Amino acid sequence: MYHAIVFLPLLGFLVAGLFPKTLGAKGCEYITTGFMIIAAVLSWVAFISVGINGHATEVVEVLRWVNTGDFTANWNFRIDTLTVVMLVVVNTVSSLVHLYSIGYMHHDPHRPRFFAYLSLFTFAMLMLVTSDNLLQMFFGWEGVGLASYLLIGFWFKKPSANAAAMKAFIVNRVGDFGFALGIFGIYLLFGSIEFSTIFASVQGFASADGGEVVMNFLGYQLDNHSALTIVCLLLFMGAMGKSAQFLLHTWLPDAMEGPTPVSALIHAATMVTAGVFLVARMSPVFEYSTTALTVVTAIGAITAFFAATVGLVQNDIKRVIAYSTCSQLGYMFVALGVGAYGAAVFHLFTHAFFKALLFLGAGSVIHAVSDEQDMRRMGGLRKHIPKTYWMMIIGTVALTGLGIPGTYLGTAGFFSKDAIIESAYVGQNAMAGFGFTLLVVAALFTSFYSWRLIFMTFFGKPRASADVMGHIHESPNVMLVPLYVLAIGAIFAGFAFYGLFMGHETGGDHETFYNNFWREALFAGPDNHVLHEYSKVPLWVKWSPFAAMLFGFILAYIFYIRSPHLPKELARQHPGLYQFLLNKWYFDELYDFLFVRPAKWLGKFLWKRGDGWVIDRLGPDGIAARVNDVTDRVVKLQSGYLYHYAFAMLIGIAALITWAMFGGAG
Amino acid sequence: MFDFNILTITTFLPLVGALMIAPITMDGDVSKRNVRNVALITTVATFFFSLIIWYNFDNSQSGFQMVEKSEWIPGFMSYHMGVDGISMLFVILTTFLMPFCILASWESVDTRVKEYMIAFLLLETFMIGVFCALDMVLFYIFFEAGLIPMYLIIGIWGGKRRVYASYKFFLYTLLGSVLMLLAMMAMYWEAGTTDIPSLLAYSFPPEMQTWLWLAFFASFAVKMPMWPVHTWLPDAHVEAPTAGSVVLAAILLKMGGYGFLRFSLPMFPLASADFAPFVFTLSIIAIIYTSLVALMQEDIKKLIAYSSVAHMGYVTLGIFTANIYGIQGGIYQMLSHGLVSGALFLCVGVIYDRMHTREIAAYGGLVNRMPKYAVVFLIFTMANVGLPGTSGFVGEFLVLLGAFKVNTWLAFFATTGVILSAAYALWLYRRVVFGSLEKESLKSILDLSGREKLIIFPLVILVIFFGVYPSPVFDVTEASVQALINNYQAALEAAGQGSTAAAH
Repeated sequence: MYHAIVFLPLLGFLVAGLFPKTLGAKGCEYITTGFMIIAAVLSWVAFISVGINGHATEVVEVLRWVNTGDFTANWNFRIDTLTVVMLVVVNTVSSLVHLYSIGYMHHDPHRPRFFAYLSLFTFAMLMLVTSDNLLQMFFGWEGVGLASYLLIGFWFKKPSANAAAMKAFIVNRVGDFGFALGIFGIYLLFGSIEFSTIFASVQGFASADGGEVVMNFLGYQLDNHSALTIVCLLLFMGAMGKSAQFLLHTWLPDAMEGPTPVSALIHAATMVTAGVFLVARMSPVFEYSTTALTVVTAIGAITAFFAATVGLVQNDIKRVIAYSTCSQLGYMFVALGVGAYGAAVFHLFTHAFFKALLFLGAGSVIHAVSDEQDMRRMGGLRKHIPKTYWMMIIGTVALTGLGIPGTYLGTAGFFSKDAIIESAYVGQNAMAGFGFTLLVVAALFTSFYSWRLIFMTFFGKPRASADVMGHIHESPNVMLVPLYVLAIGAIFAGFAFYGLFMGHETGGDHETFYNNFWREALFAGPDNHVLHEYSKVPLWVKWSPFAAMLFGFILAYIFYIRSPHLPKELARQHPGLYQFLLNKWYFDELYDFLFVRPAKWLGKFLWKRGDGWVIDRLGPDGIAARVNDVTDRVVKLQSGYLYHYAFAMLIGIAALITWAMFGGAG
Repeated sequence: MFDFNILTITTFLPLVGALMIAPITMDGDVSKRNVRNVALITTVATFFFSLIIWYNFDNSQSGFQMVEKSEWIPGFMSYHMGVDGISMLFVILTTFLMPFCILASWESVDTRVKEYMIAFLLLETFMIGVFCALDMVLFYIFFEAGLIPMYLIIGIWGGKRRVYASYKFFLYTLLGSVLMLLAMMAMYWEAGTTDIPSLLAYSFPPEMQTWLWLAFFASFAVKMPMWPVHTWLPDAHVEAPTAGSVVLAAILLKMGGYGFLRFSLPMFPLASADFAPFVFTLSIIAIIYTSLVALMQEDIKKLIAYSSVAHMGYVTLGIFTANIYGIQGGIYQMLSHGLVSGALFLCVGVIYDRMHTREIAAYGGLVNRMPKYAVVFLIFTMANVGLPGTSGFVGEFLVLLGAFKVNTWLAFFATTGVILSAAYALWLYRRVVFGSLEKESLKSILDLSGREKLIIFPLVILVIFFGVYPSPVFDVTEASVQALINNYQAALEAAGQGSTAAAH
């Protein structure tokens, strides 16, 4: 069964990729989508069998891979609760996106290629989440990077799309640089990169008495604990790249150049959560490094806040959602950082539904208004595309986390996001309080920019041209049905799965429930009391995200419905701040100045000066000049070199043999 | 063991083909076709013979196999051939790629076809000979003789600046080979034999090892090529015809790495350990420096040539880590680079044959008219970048792992190469393949022809196959590499300086 789940998308990719002409666009669409739906159904079966019926963790062996010396990394599937949760997320969203794309990409001449890429992506993502060692994970990790590169640059005639694709790949490679070093470090410390071996030995490793140097990293002599910390931080660097965390986030907004279904699948629901998955998967190792977890918390909190501030002022509908994704990923990392792994994965799970819904809904809007993405040229669409409108509303209330604290009434985001904020409040590490504060502020911003998006798009007077408004149309059912399914998830996923993911059954000890579901898939150390304490926070903590959300909504209402002139006035009063936010804190400009231009300059310098001037002038060209002086062009050089060479070699051999005969005799 | 001389047959079969071509009188298209056919049939036959070597190879043995030995000059040298896990796959790589080189020159070389094919067949004999020779003098003859046909290929069938390029090539290699020759004389004087297996067992005095190591290094470093003696390579590549570039990148460069593994590391272990930091430094510089230089190239072939230098930096880094990961990774990287760089040069050849320019700026938007080409070029670009799942990843990863064990700084700097390689390779791809097709000259460009598909598709399959399932290679090399490392460690311990860095 697991073979089918992972390899059906690969098969779909190969079929659609190799035989687009034979099958035709329709054929490719139906085959890839059909395979995905089968894989999705099987994933839910796996979820029930492992997650609910408690089927034990197993490793399915597929093929040998890199084996040399005592290094082993094979193609295997590790099936535990974390894997099946990810399988469900990836395959459900992917099959819905495949389905949706049949409608969305209807006019595109390259549909077989598009569906092939989507399936390739899904395959790589599945390899990532099912891996039982870090190397296979790295395969999936870079594989999704490749698919993301191809899909962002899908419209290859657009220079901006090509630039964005390259940027995504290269920035991710910066993260992968850390990830790779992390893998080496893990191997050095544990002698294996297979999860079962690492997890089995990490406790003994961490509790061994410090003092002994186990690793020399860049000149620092590290004992057990600091070595673990370094390795965790290196792995986290990979996670930062893939999950677009602060400092390595710059590729994500640009990635919106790709077709919208891609943004929904890759840049919202699945690929960008790979970093969260990585840390959750490695929780048995991260648990032993408080420092690493503190850094994770800090970066997550900063990202959540930073991305939300930028989201406040963006005008491109997809970019607003992209920054929102970035920000929500920050939430997940805060949860991981304070040790609430279950909450992080829970938010990953619910976020996949409502963020995919928002993106696909935005796609439906873009589809309706003739590929316009600027919200300043939308407005008043509510009456024209009511179904899309309601779907977007559902996505928004789920994202902002509408619900009544202390009860089980609420949307998906309410359960998972509040769980994270409460966990941050009770978190032990030094950054937990900082995280809590920023998350609550970010919740306010989230609510503001989400409602701003709704108000600008659907309310007010239409700002699009009469021509566009004349062509406006609701999307076909093949696009709406996936929206409905995701909407159901966005509303009920929190309520339905809260019990499982967070261990909240009515009555009884919720830690037992929690452990029954996750078992060894997520690890919490003996000092980790977050799970125990997060539900016992003071009332004001429970209500603070609710208040933030409400405040954000009211603010958005005042700004964009009551007095629409206010935003412009505010921007005029604070031009510096406005430009700072609009230009995304000037990160692109900074990186261009710090890295891109110096690299190009250095490349040119080394080429022209280093190779051309120093090496060649001192070396071959210089010698040639001398040779020319001496021989005074007696030898006609054009034909001369070969004879030179053959002659020199002949003399050499002759000398060797002659000498050997005499020397050997003597 | 094996009772017919398979290594001799494989080595000299191309020579037989060359002799068959020699008497053909060149008049018109028929004779050209005959020459091409004979060359193709010979190289394909050689490939099949070489597969017999692989088939009969015993993976569990670390020593030389299929050995042939007969006296040549009594008391001095013998005709001694044999392969072990380190050399065997290079023979296969050579024989595998040659038919593709012949096919790649099918139409693009139309002048002096006979001489061209003879040069290639001779070259093949010499290259196989290098990897099979078990006598130092024999090795030297093959090693140096192989340069002559290569030299001719660049100098006669090359581009505009072919004279400059072949001259540069000549100057660099001459220096190296003179020093190597001196070193070989000294070794004979010291050990009294030119037999490689005997020399491997002989332990040279430490003082002498240093000088011998340096002399061999001069030759192999030029061949690799290592920074700063790499500047001949970009020029040679740019001027060489497509098939010449393929052989140069795929096989000739590997002789340097092979030489390190056959001579430097096992015969001069103490010097190798002493000089390892020096090699590491050069390798790291090569990786970062040439990657940056590659970034700014305006000529496609030059860019790929510089990227080759960077990739060879990983090889030298891996070999001198002297642990199993580094060496296995280095060998794997060499084999993979043979396929990938060969394929990349073939890809460049495809568009060069159509447009007769290698300027990046002359292209753009090829995907619009050449979708199949775009796909294969993408696959090789990704393999060049070291994407997991392609053969390029496996070697690179193991080398870096080996380097991390020795010193984290090494791994830290070398790993920056993965970022830089992504930058130059993707930028090239974007400028050549992506975008809209605006240039008038490209409006009628055609996608891959049947012959080109025949050349490129097998390489696509192999690059992915060896990325997913590298075991066939590791199984062959494992025993020999392990033995090499054991002897190396034993030699260091015997000398009382058991290296902690490389120990495991």
